[in-house]
Amino acid sequence: MSTSLEWGLLAPEILLAGWAAFIILIDLFWGGLGKERLGWLAAIGAAAAGGLSLIWVGDTKQFGDLADINDYTTLFRVLFSGIGATICILSARYVRDRLLHPGEYYALILLAIIGANGMAAAHELLTAYISLELLSFSLYTLTSYAKFDLRSNEAGLKYMLLGAFSSAIFLYGIGLIYGTTGSTQFAVIGEVLSGDTSDIEWGMYLGLALMIGGLGFKVAAVPFHMYTPDAYEGAPIPITALISALAKAAGFAFFLKLFAVAFLPLIDDWRYFIAGLSVATMALGNLVAIQQRNMKRLLAYSSIGQVGYLLLGIAALSQDTASALVLHMIGYVVTNLAAFTCVILYYNWTGREEIEEYKGLAQRAPYLALCLTIALFSLAGMPLFAGFTTKFILFQAAADEDMLWLAGVAAFFSFVSLYYYLIVIREMYVGETEEKTRFPTPWLEYTALTVLIAGVFLIGLYPKPVLELVEDGTATIFVSEELDPGEDLIGVP
Amino acid sequence: MEFVLLALIVIPLAVCPLFMLIPSQYPQLSRYLAALAGGTLFALSVLLFAAYEFDGGSGLRYELQWVWLENIGFLGENGITFYLGLDGIGAPLVLLNGVVIFAAVFVSWNIANRTKDFFVLLFLLVAGVYGVFISQDLFFFFFWYEVAVLPMFLLIAVWGASSEFKTFARTKEYGAMKLTMMLVGGSVLVWVAIFALFVEAGAGTYDMTVLREAALDEDFQKVVFPLFMVGFGVLAGMWPLHTWSPDGHVAAPTGVSMLHAGVLMKLGAFGILRVGMTLLPEGAEFWAPVLMAIGVTGAVYGSISALAQTDLKYMVGYSSVSHMGFVLMGLASMNEIGVNGAVLQMFAHGAMTALMFTSVGALYDQAHIRDMTQFGGIAKPMPRHTAFFTIAGLSSLGLPGLAGFVAEFHIFVGVFEAGYWWAGVLGILSAAITATYILRMLSRAYFGPLNEKWAGLKEMRLGEQFAAVLLIAMILLMGLWPAPFINRISETVEMIPGIAG
Repeated sequence: MSTSLEWGLLAPEILLAGWAAFIILIDLFWGGLGKERLGWLAAIGAAAAGGLSLIWVGDTKQFGDLADINDYTTLFRVLFSGIGATICILSARYVRDRLLHPGEYYALILLAIIGANGMAAAHELLTAYISLELLSFSLYTLTSYAKFDLRSNEAGLKYMLLGAFSSAIFLYGIGLIYGTTGSTQFAVIGEVLSGDTSDIEWGMYLGLALMIGGLGFKVAAVPFHMYTPDAYEGAPIPITALISALAKAAGFAFFLKLFAVAFLPLIDDWRYFIAGLSVATMALGNLVAIQQRNMKRLLAYSSIGQVGYLLLGIAALSQDTASALVLHMIGYVVTNLAAFTCVILYYNWTGREEIEEYKGLAQRAPYLALCLTIALFSLAGMPLFAGFTTKFILFQAAADEDMLWLAGVAAFFSFVSLYYYLIVIREMYVGETEEKTRFPTPWLEYTALTVLIAGVFLIGLYPKPVLELVEDGTATIFVSEELDPGEDLIGVP
Repeated sequence: MEFVLLALIVIPLAVCPLFMLIPSQYPQLSRYLAALAGGTLFALSVLLFAAYEFDGGSGLRYELQWVWLENIGFLGENGITFYLGLDGIGAPLVLLNGVVIFAAVFVSWNIANRTKDFFVLLFLLVAGVYGVFISQDLFFFFFWYEVAVLPMFLLIAVWGASSEFKTFARTKEYGAMKLTMMLVGGSVLVWVAIFALFVEAGAGTYDMTVLREAALDEDFQKVVFPLFMVGFGVLAGMWPLHTWSPDGHVAAPTGVSMLHAGVLMKLGAFGILRVGMTLLPEGAEFWAPVLMAIGVTGAVYGSISALAQTDLKYMVGYSSVSHMGFVLMGLASMNEIGVNGAVLQMFAHGAMTALMFTSVGALYDQAHIRDMTQFGGIAKPMPRHTAFFTIAGLSSLGLPGLAGFVAEFHIFVGVFEAGYWWAGVLGILSAAITATYILRMLSRAYFGPLNEKWAGLKEMRLGEQFAAVLLIAMILLMGLWPAPFINRISETVEMIPGIAG
């Protein structure tokens, strides 16, 4: 193993870790700062980490054999930092009104970003696994953060138990892959698997299946989705947003990289397996969402449906689909954050989260209703908004890889999803409410919301700049890495 | 002129944020802005229609092409372009849209509840419709197609009206949801067909002028054409997928019904022609008999259903199904005169049905019922209204001198020429049934002894009269001097591959 590590490459993560400690200390020694300002301070830290990672735009560097710092990593570092900063801003009022111990809350969000960054950057399986656990544990804790709320406790417990179980499965998969290929490095695994694999077939396939299962849990693919609705419903709403955006995006950043670099040679073996998962995920997520009465559960099932679309991109994996997949993911993250922002703001005012309690929102807070409508239409894949464009590109890319039937299934379920989004829209615009008072205008949150909605329009109407950035990123994981035979590989016997 | 074309999309989109900026306590300001924008769109549409001249090729003029996304992933050179252009088929439909939106603004003048929101959605709808008529890129064609469907749900669910019947009710939410889901469901088929078409053509572009040159495999065309036919057909009110149309139109407020029945349904038929028949001519030829059968079934079924209605608006709704059946028959004839007739019928039906909805809406606003058996002799208190409705009805049943006659004549000639004599006979039967229900309705509700209960009815509002006069002008123009329409349409239709001369 290379001995001199360039620690500077991890500056954003170091900054985040330091900032997390700093937030806790501030909370400890300067309680007078106020819970709200603490959130803004955390947001600054997250944003700074995102800005710092821009140093490596265009670079291709490696942190030992553990992490890649290239455009792919940079893209996701910026995305994850953005998600974290947004969540911190959105949490401020919620935490002030409803939660205890704000310092640790924000620190955990920052730590979750570190985990997510690690998953996108990982060069080998164990780094990825440890990052995954860092992310997961931060989220388990945050999910059960409303400690006097039974639902939150239940959600945290469920999430953690099932999460630990899936981690074990995933780890077993890693073990088998390591045992059969002799390495944990993605590139080396890819090298070995593209050669003759007849004598390692069983272990390899079992390992692959277990890893797909473990990853499937982390991104909430059917049939590993069971925890999602409860975790979403029980968690404090900003954390629900964090799970739906950060955990999914990080999961797919890792999923994509792992399958593109390590398992691409076996694509004919797993693509129909993943395609099957994709169909099941789209079907269950979208059909069960129709039944929901609670806004958080609705968004939980809708996000399961969205995972189905993303899995479609993995099933039809190629460099084109990878870009389309990441573009769709970015569109989804921005849209979903916008939707959650509205839900959070509504909850902050009224403490309500049932769909029928959104009655008359269009009269009480027209801007909020408009933004939520835009976000929901975007999630349903209607034009002018991000959802249409990214879905069109993703489905077309899949159709281009001989997966037309899957694109058709996805288009169908996208149509199904419109129904339950329209129900929410109907409540907001058609429903009448007794209370006619207008809501106050929270300027900071509305600014964040406006930025997100602008992003929804940008990706929907002019995705070119975003898609080009994504292309630069995905190009780096599809470069077949030159391996020096003399280089010593971890654990090669 | 290119930029006039662009303005057709930009103006309605640009007024949307302007409406939002107007404080809601000044609804009058929103109305003036809507009238201004509608008037501008009307003027530009007239200008484009008048200026359009065929000059060879596929008849495309005023082209404007901007690259939107290229050389990325599966996209090659000119992958997705924002490509506008007007051809002889688009020109009359652009004119139709301009007329109907201008009329619809005046008909919607009295909307008091959330006035500005109404106009935002109305103009979004109009932008989508214009976009479909002038887009020459398949991606954007579909994009605008969906934009046109997008605002319908709220327009109907918020400003619409529920209908009560003796044994059941049709709420506005029901109508809105049914309409939206059926239309978007249809567009799933279109979407899949577009994916397949793009992959099969292998040109790396959605540019329809390039795609129509791609010699696609015949079997492929036969498989994919029905997707376009059914997918677009849903919006065209194609039997048996027409059921959203009467429910949706009845639930919608008058201005929206006008746009929806008048223009939006045309998008479906236009899609079959522009995408299905133009890009997949061999597939279209193979499926033409089926389309003919479906079209004629729709025509007969729609007219018989209209005969059974006593609710005026449901009658107009079913008459739309019947007339759109004629459009499909014209398309299915696959010869020049029949397809000409189909496009003429799109225009004629658009103007005529918008006028009918204007009249029915004006009556309903005062009487609050639409049951024709409850009226009687209301020609006396509402002479102008009666005149307008009568003209619309006569155009609908194909009286010579009005637009409907010109269109239906072309269609029937085309249908007989193509050898579908059975369809022609049934189509003429359907026109006869149309005459029956229109004349019966007029005699029941408008003429004969005045039912004293309705002696207090007042004439239509001036704005509504203006809208009606505008629409009648179009009906008379096409009925008495069809040459400008036929010239523009036929020269473009000739150039469509697979259309017999």
